[in-house]
Amino acid sequence: MPASTAVSLSKVSRVFGPVTALDGIDLDVRPGEFFAMLGPSGSGKTTCLRLVAGFEQPSSGRVAIFGEDVTGVPPYRRAVNTVFQDYALFPHFDVRDNVAYPLMLRKVSKAERHAAAEAALEMVRLSGYGARRPAQLSGGQRQRVALARAIVARPKVLLLDEPLGALDLKLRESMQEELKSLQRALGLTFVFVTHDQGEALSMADRIAVFSAGRIEQVGSPEDVYRRPANRFVADFVGSANILPPGLVARLAGERRWASLRPEDVRLVACEGADPALVGRITARSYLGASTRLALDLGGLSVHVVRPAGELLPTEGPVAIAFEREALHLMEREA
Amino acid sequence: MTRPPRRPGGSLADALWRRPGLLAALLLALPVLWLVVVYLGSLAALLVQSFYALDDFSGLVVEEFTLATYAQLFTAANLAIIQRTVLMAAAVTLASAVVAFPIAYVAARYARGWRKAAFYLAVMLPLWSSYLVKVYAWKLILAKEGILTWAFAKVGLTPLLEAVLAIPGIGGNSLSVSYIGTFLVFLYVWLPYMILPMQAALERVPTNLLDASADLGARPGETFRHVILPLALPGVVAGSIFTFSLTLGDYIIPQIVGSSRLFIGQAVYTQQGTAGNVPLAAAFTMVPIAIMGLYLWGAKRAGAFDAL
Repeated sequence: MPASTAVSLSKVSRVFGPVTALDGIDLDVRPGEFFAMLGPSGSGKTTCLRLVAGFEQPSSGRVAIFGEDVTGVPPYRRAVNTVFQDYALFPHFDVRDNVAYPLMLRKVSKAERHAAAEAALEMVRLSGYGARRPAQLSGGQRQRVALARAIVARPKVLLLDEPLGALDLKLRESMQEELKSLQRALGLTFVFVTHDQGEALSMADRIAVFSAGRIEQVGSPEDVYRRPANRFVADFVGSANILPPGLVARLAGERRWASLRPEDVRLVACEGADPALVGRITARSYLGASTRLALDLGGLSVHVVRPAGELLPTEGPVAIAFEREALHLMEREA
Repeated sequence: MTRPPRRPGGSLADALWRRPGLLAALLLALPVLWLVVVYLGSLAALLVQSFYALDDFSGLVVEEFTLATYAQLFTAANLAIIQRTVLMAAAVTLASAVVAFPIAYVAARYARGWRKAAFYLAVMLPLWSSYLVKVYAWKLILAKEGILTWAFAKVGLTPLLEAVLAIPGIGGNSLSVSYIGTFLVFLYVWLPYMILPMQAALERVPTNLLDASADLGARPGETFRHVILPLALPGVVAGSIFTFSLTLGDYIIPQIVGSSRLFIGQAVYTQQGTAGNVPLAAAFTMVPIAIMGLYLWGAKRAGAFDAL
């Protein structure tokens, strides 16, 4: 079978005692893709990753990697490697031996595996750190070592479990770019788990949004951000405003829930505005590049984000306005 | 907001809070008095004694520096005692490690909740009863008329038992008067001291390191060799220090179960008691201390504590 999918899950469920962590998931990851599994904690995204790595077995369903059924295959026989959330570096090895570990297991000669480890370390910009112990490195450096160790044996798929979770903001941003360019350079399939929607949107080619053991939507960052399938996705990915069916029927003629991005909303004068879109400002926070306002529209709470420098009303009633295209009617009910 | 009112004793608490070093000194004062002054002091007194010698005619200790007592220690008969004891301690330690590891591993990796409590109880329970009672119980178990002989006969393995007892050097008339018997009792009595530190060390090996090892291609045996064993080694060494030093110094077990040949502990006991030769007893006591020092130094050199 020609492998048109890198990772394929079909009807996969995972039950831990009374808890259903995954509930009949179907998912296909394409070869060479940067794929994100996004969701709040407890949504099943990490369990999903562990099923692909082989640390967990599905209660039912099948898992395939490049067309090969790996259900029931232990992790050490799978062509996938994992970058762990807390890095999981071996404390009793130096950096070089950590990175060379998969090659040592494959009985590669010492000289060869040390050369390969050094090359992998160079790729993550850590050349010259081979003789240090993991304990002597900073969080960001450990993260890179974990990355080098996971790619040194050239897996078919690289799994990353919240890889940037423990890093500070600045480091996280630079690592995002680095991961992306590393993925392009290696031409590898990356599957990464995150609860940070910004990270998923900026790095991934496609995103699967998880909630309560199910996948709510799979699509490009643009898809899940602009065209969320339901209220959960709209709310979780970028905290959209959610408008109830009654209001949407008046505005767009269809009785459905709709999402509206805060940055698509303008503030206008009250005269001549739809009375349902008139309200007052309840909170204001300065975000540097923009300002975020909370509005109360007769009981409906709406957030508005305006670029810095725009003159904003400080008191009194205001009205909101937006383009019809900004209003996204949602397909399903969450 | 008002500050909480000062209560009696508050100024002491404040003073200690301001000077954490003082608190540490207060906490350490008694233990230091005990360990340094009493323990190390008596050890030093012992060391000094070992450099005195017994006057053969008067039977009194001559308080003059001499190496005569150590010369006496290294005579063939006394060296045989040392060799016997060290071999026994090494055998007991090795066997304890082999027997304890699976038990400690299962307890650390798989036991949770009441099963873990049951494990601790099972390991500690033998420590609750008197050591002498246990040793005498073993004497009965191992005796010629004991339950082991009976059990071997029941399953038709008497020839096997006889073959084992016929092994020269470690065999004997029955298990209770052979080195094998002494070894079995040592193994039983000291086993908890090996299991507990091992289990603690194994428990500290993070599960995600085992996941990572498997993920990178290590079969379970390889994960054990490359990750679990090196990280648990400090615990194994800690356990072996217990079993090794306890066996080196014990004088009751070999007296009750085993042949009549002496171990270091018994030699110390006889020399300072019946024979009244305190210098030789002191010299004998220095042997386990020296061996343990060498053992720890060797373990450190071999990297046993690198994972700490």
